[in-house]
Amino acid sequence: MRPLEDARELSYASAFTLGLLDPGQPTPLAVTGPAGKAAARRYDVYRNNVTVSLIDALAAIYPAVQRITGIDFFRAMARLHIRSNPPTSPLLFEYGRDFPAFIDDYEYANAMPWLADTARIERAWLDAYHAADAEPLPPAALAALPSNKMADVVFTVHPATRIVRSHFSAVTIFAANRSDGPVGAIDASSPEDALITRPDIDVVVRRLPPGGAVFLLDLISGRSLGEAAASALQVSPSFDIASAIGGMIEAGAFTMALLETHDAQ
Amino acid sequence: MSLTVNPSASAPTPLRFPAFSVDGLAGTSFKPQHLSAILADGKQRGFFEVHAENYMGEGGAPHRALEAVRREHPVSVHGVCMSIGGPQPLDKTHLARFGMLVERYEPILVSEHLAWSTHETTYFNDLLPLPYTEATLSLVCDHIDEVQEAIRRPLLLENPSTYVAFRESTMGETEFIRRIAQRTGCGLLLDVNNVFVSATNHGFSPLDYLSDFPLAFVGEIHLAGHAEQSDDEGDMLLIDSHDCPVVDAVWKLFEIVVGRCGLIPTLIEWDSNIPAWPILKAEAAAAQAILDCYAAIAREDRHAAA
Repeated sequence: MRPLEDARELSYASAFTLGLLDPGQPTPLAVTGPAGKAAARRYDVYRNNVTVSLIDALAAIYPAVQRITGIDFFRAMARLHIRSNPPTSPLLFEYGRDFPAFIDDYEYANAMPWLADTARIERAWLDAYHAADAEPLPPAALAALPSNKMADVVFTVHPATRIVRSHFSAVTIFAANRSDGPVGAIDASSPEDALITRPDIDVVVRRLPPGGAVFLLDLISGRSLGEAAASALQVSPSFDIASAIGGMIEAGAFTMALLETHDAQ
Repeated sequence: MSLTVNPSASAPTPLRFPAFSVDGLAGTSFKPQHLSAILADGKQRGFFEVHAENYMGEGGAPHRALEAVRREHPVSVHGVCMSIGGPQPLDKTHLARFGMLVERYEPILVSEHLAWSTHETTYFNDLLPLPYTEATLSLVCDHIDEVQEAIRRPLLLENPSTYVAFRESTMGETEFIRRIAQRTGCGLLLDVNNVFVSATNHGFSPLDYLSDFPLAFVGEIHLAGHAEQSDDEGDMLLIDSHDCPVVDAVWKLFEIVVGRCGLIPTLIEWDSNIPAWPILKAEAAAAQAILDCYAAIAREDRHAAA
């Protein structure tokens, strides 16, 4: 343990951080300029560095959201978010996980009910980008399994795979606003589910067919192919199992296919 | 560097990357947008520095890029958020990640800042200043010991750019830094732009600072650009912005440092408003030309003395 007088001397961080994200706080008394100069504008350099760099961090994670809202709207929204939810990890690519929920509650974004889901896809995109490397399941792996046992097959999810479900056209909105081209009118009202994968280095975002998200979420949670297909057919009678399997293999959503063996005693 | 930390503590791990020297070399920050241009240039004389935190994800493009660069060049790992100067204990998870990164990429140099960025649970993403007292000195020394144990080699500690001073400070920055180096065996990263920025902001002479700085401990030099603002009294306040070329005054100070401490590996930092690769490369070439000039002078002096 440090001596008590050290504890007093080490209170500088509490005093210094008080105003970093709160413009209503005065300049800390502990700091000064040289030769009796004031420290208000000097301390403001730190306030500005903190706020601007964290807004920039959110803008880097959510470029489609910024493109949709415009820069001024985005930065005002982000400023409020970083004050209420500053980062808790020094890894800024982990920051902003609660930003989509913040957007959901942000009064001025009410007119864009699909904005938060677009943000959720962007957050999932960055998670996939940094996820551990893994070889996706090769197409031949399934062909090697006995066809009469296919319903029992279970899969190991790839570390990068993410599913985002939306009541709005979030995948179309995401894709249009992450490209360089002009964005035309989009009908935002049709529900879309996203499959985000990274089979090698590039992150790929696909729109899933009806039932596809339920099917993949079942497989990700460890249910068998037969169980997952039944769940998907229940929510979407037109669900096409063969094309769903082909799609998930092509996307690289899984790394292994295992046949559950029910060994006789 | 001839410094070692607890040399018996670890068996040497086999190198998976080539061991390159950085003696007398200039380098640049490595930015992913320059990767293809750098690889297209092929193996070049010089080194690249990365911010440790950008390579703490589990996989994907960042690691693929750094592996490609590291195969052909010396790499330096520069930590930005260890919070060595903060009063609370170091983040053990972060320390472990930092150690793993050093083990994985076998950098020739490893550095961190005399600053802090995390308080309680909040990460502020800035290099915040600390008072220079006996209490903070022993705190910083303890933290550096801990980092050096984790990376099993000496750390280079960087002098900060600051905008305020603490009333409670009882010693100057150069004394504080000298005593840290003496107590912990760490090396120093002398950021010449930071010297110029702090000297302007606090009204001291950068030459006085340099003559008082423990140059014998310096294992790396940083050069960068800064921005200009004004303080409460309307006088010049410089901001360590890393977003533009190195100014003439900093180049001059760099020459003085090289003249005094020899061929220290020197890095051009450029972290925002990042220019096309040829512009950054030209800044490093300018630093290399100065290092080469002093290397030639040193050779001639040896010749004359022989």
